[in-house]
Amino acid sequence: MTSVETRPVLRVERICKKLGGKQILNEVSFELRKGELKVLIGPSGGGKSTLLQCINFLIPPDSGRIWLKDQEIHIHRKRDLYAYRQKVGMIFQDFNLFDHLNALENVAIALRKVKKMAKREALERALQELNRVGIGDKAALYPAQLSGGQKQRVSIARALAMDPEVMLLDEPTSALDPELIGEVLTVIRNLAQDGMTMILATHQIGFIRGLADEILFMQEGQIIEQGIPLDLLTAGKSSRTQSFCSKLHELSGEQEL
Amino acid sequence: MLETVQVIKDSFPYLLEGAGVTAIAVVGAMLFGFVIGIQIAVAQVYGAAWLRRAVGLYVWFFRGVPILVLLFLFYFGLFSFLGINLSALASVVLVLGMTSGAYQSQIYRGAIQSLPTGQLKAARALGMSDSRAILSIILPQALRLSLPGFSNEYSILLKDSALAFVLGTSEIMARTHFVASRTYQHLPLYLMAALLYYLLTWLGVKGLRYLEEKVRIPGYSYHQG
Amino acid sequence: MEADFILQELMPALNRGLLKTLLLILPSASIGLCVGVLVGTARVYGHPLLKKLGDGYAGLFRGTPLVIQLFVLYFGLPNLGIYLEPYNAAVLGFILCTGAYQSEYVRGALLSIRRGQLLATQALGFSTLQAMIWIMVPQALRRALPGCGNEIIYLIKYSSLAYIITFIELTGEGKILATRYFRFTEVFLAIGFYYLVMVTLADFGLKKLEKRLYIPGFGKG
Ligand SMILES: Nc1ncnc2c1ncn2[C@@H]1O[C@H](COP(=O)(O)OP(=O)(O)O)[C@@H](O)[C@H]1O
Ligand SMILES: [Mg+2]
Repeated sequence: MTSVETRPVLRVERICKKLGGKQILNEVSFELRKGELKVLIGPSGGGKSTLLQCINFLIPPDSGRIWLKDQEIHIHRKRDLYAYRQKVGMIFQDFNLFDHLNALENVAIALRKVKKMAKREALERALQELNRVGIGDKAALYPAQLSGGQKQRVSIARALAMDPEVMLLDEPTSALDPELIGEVLTVIRNLAQDGMTMILATHQIGFIRGLADEILFMQEGQIIEQGIPLDLLTAGKSSRTQSFCSKLHELSGEQEL
Repeated sequence: MLETVQVIKDSFPYLLEGAGVTAIAVVGAMLFGFVIGIQIAVAQVYGAAWLRRAVGLYVWFFRGVPILVLLFLFYFGLFSFLGINLSALASVVLVLGMTSGAYQSQIYRGAIQSLPTGQLKAARALGMSDSRAILSIILPQALRLSLPGFSNEYSILLKDSALAFVLGTSEIMARTHFVASRTYQHLPLYLMAALLYYLLTWLGVKGLRYLEEKVRIPGYSYHQG
Repeated sequence: MEADFILQELMPALNRGLLKTLLLILPSASIGLCVGVLVGTARVYGHPLLKKLGDGYAGLFRGTPLVIQLFVLYFGLPNLGIYLEPYNAAVLGFILCTGAYQSEYVRGALLSIRRGQLLATQALGFSTLQAMIWIMVPQALRRALPGCGNEIIYLIKYSSLAYIITFIELTGEGKILATRYFRFTEVFLAIGFYYLVMVTLADFGLKKLEKRLYIPGFGKG
């Protein structure tokens, strides 16, 4: 287990969101302490992506409160929003790299244009982050020339370069071919071991087991079960999480990692 | 203000007649351009090297010279130089048609080249001659795919036809100019002419869209993307 | 006599006209492209009202002949007490018309960019303006380049309409000369040659530019 402080880095309280007349999120609350990795699992359509996007206001929540460190987030002006988002890294299922920039520039662009870093400094930092995720040698390649796993690692480097307080990862391996999943999971594991605070939506049960500090099981817009992996995933325990996971397990024949 | 309304009212039937002349010019040019364009496209895809080069030159020339210059060149120059005596309207149809042929050829060529090569092979395997295969197998498919481009070409031709007034053809533009220079109601008259063109564009594009629907075959995508 | 006509009359007149034509094309093409980028972006990402305005502008100028637009500016506006010099009317008309067409290419290109990239810019803390300037528009321009280039070539040819509103450029100079000497075929062939050279050079330059700006993943189609 990783080191855990008492003060939460991210605190989310009673987030609600209605979309298209449907209650997608219904009073969702949780908190993340420094260095914690919490995992969101649950059936597709349960609201995991919506929750993660509400946290950085890509989808503005209807109600609820959010704190980053000790600061409650109030968005009065656009500038508050931009400043807040810089401190919250996000990883998307389908990477969303900028197609006209090579790997290095993808990582450097926000440093230069949002953080107003000097070009040389930004590129140096970008290369450092690419090396950290193991693809420093691919710096000059464009997204179209990278494999899915490499693209996702660039997108992780891009988020890391902003020095986020917390990272939101939305099924980072779901769009990848099976043989490429491992390289991305390895990067995430290293981040967890380095003490990055993260919330991760995933279906990679084997991966969760050894690494997650807590599992949040989400269904129909609510967290209906939460606990440490040992409690929720152990065979024989009659948890919703356990039955969901064993079903997943049967379907995918996933290898334990 | 009253005067303006009066002028518009009086000249409207006159301008509408001009729309008839415009329509003749556009439809004539489209058909002539179609005949030229198809042949060029087939020559560019299937022709011998010298033929491809020759039609390439044609396309390069008509795509590179302004319509106005072509109108003057042919009407005042080449046609009379060659001893052909043509009315202004006929010259407009020919010049616009030759130009459109150059552009249309590129539409058809793209469509032919987008067909799988197996089509021609399959037709040959059935014992068809190349020209029979092109006529019966390739073109019916290629033309369907070309319809959106054709509709675009229509709206370009319609707008280009307004230049015919420099030769004195009595289409919309020439008539508007005529009335305007007599009544000094330039602004309202030209706006009305613009409206007429806008409506003609809309009508033509609608009509061609209808044609597209009528000749549609499942599996052919007409609208790229 | 023949050489005299070409060297003493034709060439000087056409070269004079060519200069005027370039004076029309250069500002019209560059400003028109900027108008197209601004309007095209507004039509995709702008406020709904701005979108409507942009769509209306593009529809109007793409749906009516350029020559009428020029006539409205040059002959029509005086009805409202606004008088434009022929050169100004021509350049203004060209900018408005070409801008409408360019906006269509830019719009199409912007729509073809996966929306996820906009999400990614937001997640990184880009402002909307920053996202447009650094991420969306650069990609859209690459995608739109072939269309925009074609539009510039159209503009080169349609610049000949300026002479109709009495700005005597290449076609105008030629027309005057041809009428005076009654030598239509030779003069207009020569003018045609001038335009062919301009168009061919522009085409060549645009192809070069496309190659220079090439990025994997932004190829043809
Ligand atoms: N813009 C939207 N309008 C209406 N419904 C939406 C919208 N976005 C997502 N939803 C619905 O919200 C629910 C939750 O979606 P999502 O958060 O993507 O779930 P998950 O990530 O857990 O699969 C789904 O039922 C989806 O159909
Ligand atoms: Mg999801």
